[in-house]
Amino acid sequence: MKIEIDKNGFYGKFGGAYIPEMLYPNIEELRDSYLGIIEDEDFQKKFYDLLKDYVGRPTPLYFAARLSEKYKAKIYLKREDLCHTGAHKVNNTIGQILLAQKLGKKRIIAETGAGQHGVATATVCALMGMECTVYMGEVDMERQKPNVERMKLLGATVVPATSGSKTLKDATNEAMRQWINNPVDTHYIIGSVVGPHPYPEMVAKFQSVISAEIKKQLQEKEGRENPDIVIACVGGGSNAAGAFYHYYNTPGVRLVAAEAAGLGVSSGKSAATTALGKLGILHGSRTLLMQTEDGQVVEPHSISAGLDYPGIGPVHAHLFDVGRGEFVAVEDKDAMKAGVELSKLEGIIPAIESAHALHALNQIEYKPDDVIVINLSGRGDKDLETYIKWGEY
Amino acid sequence: MKTENRIDTLFRNKQKNVLSIYFTAGYPKLEDTVPVMEAIEAGGADIIEVGMPFSDPVADGPTIQESNKIALDNGMSLKKLFAQLAEMRKTVSLPVILMGYLNPIIQFGVEKFCQKCQEVGVDGLILPDLPMQQFLDEFKEVFSRFGLRNTFLISPQTSDERIKAIDEHSDSFIYMVSSHSITGAKSGITQEQERYFERVGQLGIQNPRLIGFGISDHESFTKASKHAHGAIIGSAFIKVLNNASPESLNNDIGIFIKGIKNGEYDYTSKA
Ligand SMILES: Cc1ncc(COP(=O)(O)O)c(C=O)c1O
Repeated sequence: MKIEIDKNGFYGKFGGAYIPEMLYPNIEELRDSYLGIIEDEDFQKKFYDLLKDYVGRPTPLYFAARLSEKYKAKIYLKREDLCHTGAHKVNNTIGQILLAQKLGKKRIIAETGAGQHGVATATVCALMGMECTVYMGEVDMERQKPNVERMKLLGATVVPATSGSKTLKDATNEAMRQWINNPVDTHYIIGSVVGPHPYPEMVAKFQSVISAEIKKQLQEKEGRENPDIVIACVGGGSNAAGAFYHYYNTPGVRLVAAEAAGLGVSSGKSAATTALGKLGILHGSRTLLMQTEDGQVVEPHSISAGLDYPGIGPVHAHLFDVGRGEFVAVEDKDAMKAGVELSKLEGIIPAIESAHALHALNQIEYKPDDVIVINLSGRGDKDLETYIKWGEY
Repeated sequence: MKTENRIDTLFRNKQKNVLSIYFTAGYPKLEDTVPVMEAIEAGGADIIEVGMPFSDPVADGPTIQESNKIALDNGMSLKKLFAQLAEMRKTVSLPVILMGYLNPIIQFGVEKFCQKCQEVGVDGLILPDLPMQQFLDEFKEVFSRFGLRNTFLISPQTSDERIKAIDEHSDSFIYMVSSHSITGAKSGITQEQERYFERVGQLGIQNPRLIGFGISDHESFTKASKHAHGAIIGSAFIKVLNNASPESLNNDIGIFIKGIKNGEYDYTSKA
């Protein structure tokens, strides 16, 4: 079965645009115009020039010799941690800010959990001289103080989301509400492959630069475009969608998605959406969703704020549903161990989100000569405090 | 041919100053749902909108977010709601509309949900995150099989063309969202809003229209009613429930509704 989006914005059973009528004109405008805009030659040139000169792309595909030796496979790390601002998130915000300019928008709003997407949004708004407001759960503002200050330093206004659990999903609710309140002059930069169509596919397209580069770089290093396995962590799923994109329909390439199991899949404190979620609708798309039997959305838990989301992008729900993706659930403690291990073996301190992808190596089967690409979605600077609290290094 | 339901009957008999009142089921106390409905009817409103609480109400402002949260904390669920509404038709004769978000309905089972609605005597639904195309593709058939009318929203940004399409697929009233906003926004009606009301009024649409969001007092109700068949009040009514004591609840609801209709109500001290 071919993995692709249909004309109504669905990947199989998942996706669509379940939005209040008040947002319909905005979503319709995006849906009807985004492909024309982003495939335009002038846009592409601006986008790739900025990715090169401002973000620092292409990011290296690094052969991790000591990690490979330990795991008895050929392991490459796709170094999204070396992107400007420290994570893959900026690939998407560069694309969307250029799009917002084309649409004649004057203001940008965004949601953020860990603050990485908020920082990436505040960064491109500074770059383009656009007004920026970021919604962030009050609890996350407390957990991720340095990123709050980074956003402010970049000129953004950070508004606490004080409803519900005061984390990422509530920040997303608040951003959607503010978009309803300001539909004409404002563009909402969603930070992952979630939300109403066309966001999931649009964000995936901007992030697909990751797998486009992997193909080229692997060709140079291994004489083949296709690895045996690609591994990425999944919060909403944007870094994974980017790393998988050009391999969706290459059956020989295994796609492994690492979800956050928190304190354990059955502990009641996890964010393992494919393991625990049921079909539902949140933030405009039909997807797998962690919820009570009454259909109330439950509060996820993960040690990494970036994976702390009760849903999953519709394309990943589809990859799971049709068996194209292999989903593993990685516990907090195992992710922390994998993060410490990479630090010691390779001199790279990964974001705790990315450490989930690293630990997946212990949870899947592979052959000794397999070529494995792990998408290292971000660097660990923002997580230093969590590493320190963890203490076991 | 559809059989006439309470919504049709209402608008056949009344084309002006129709007052619809929204509140959240299970609020302020879990067992208040039906008593509040009875008080709304006794107070003289024309339609009752019962909110089905949801953890993530993206089209709602702080007042209704809070009432949703309290109702959920009180233990409200669809199962509980249908149990409460089972006997409502013994005491409530107004049209009853359930309003809420899709996810709890999908979990409950769409078909079973519609069947329950019909069983207890619900007349229609307002589901803000159900856009027209999805309604037509996935819900229309089952709603009509169980005699449920679906109300669509339109906003100042909705194009004339789309309003006409929505009108064509409507068999209830059309919910005109008064401004670019979530519920509970600023009160009062500006000239710009009046121009929007007039624009829609001139489109010659066939379904009745009610104006909602930001309608909170006699003045805004009267102004809105001038441009449509009537108006919907939600957040301002929730505030009345919030401020009432258990003993005064009934009385306060009556005073508020009469005040909306005739202007004799001191909003500043009560709401
Ligand atoms: C470094 C890093 N990786 C992964 C994620 C998860 O997001 P996604 O699943 O959209 O890639 C985040 C989110 O904040 C992040 O900061």
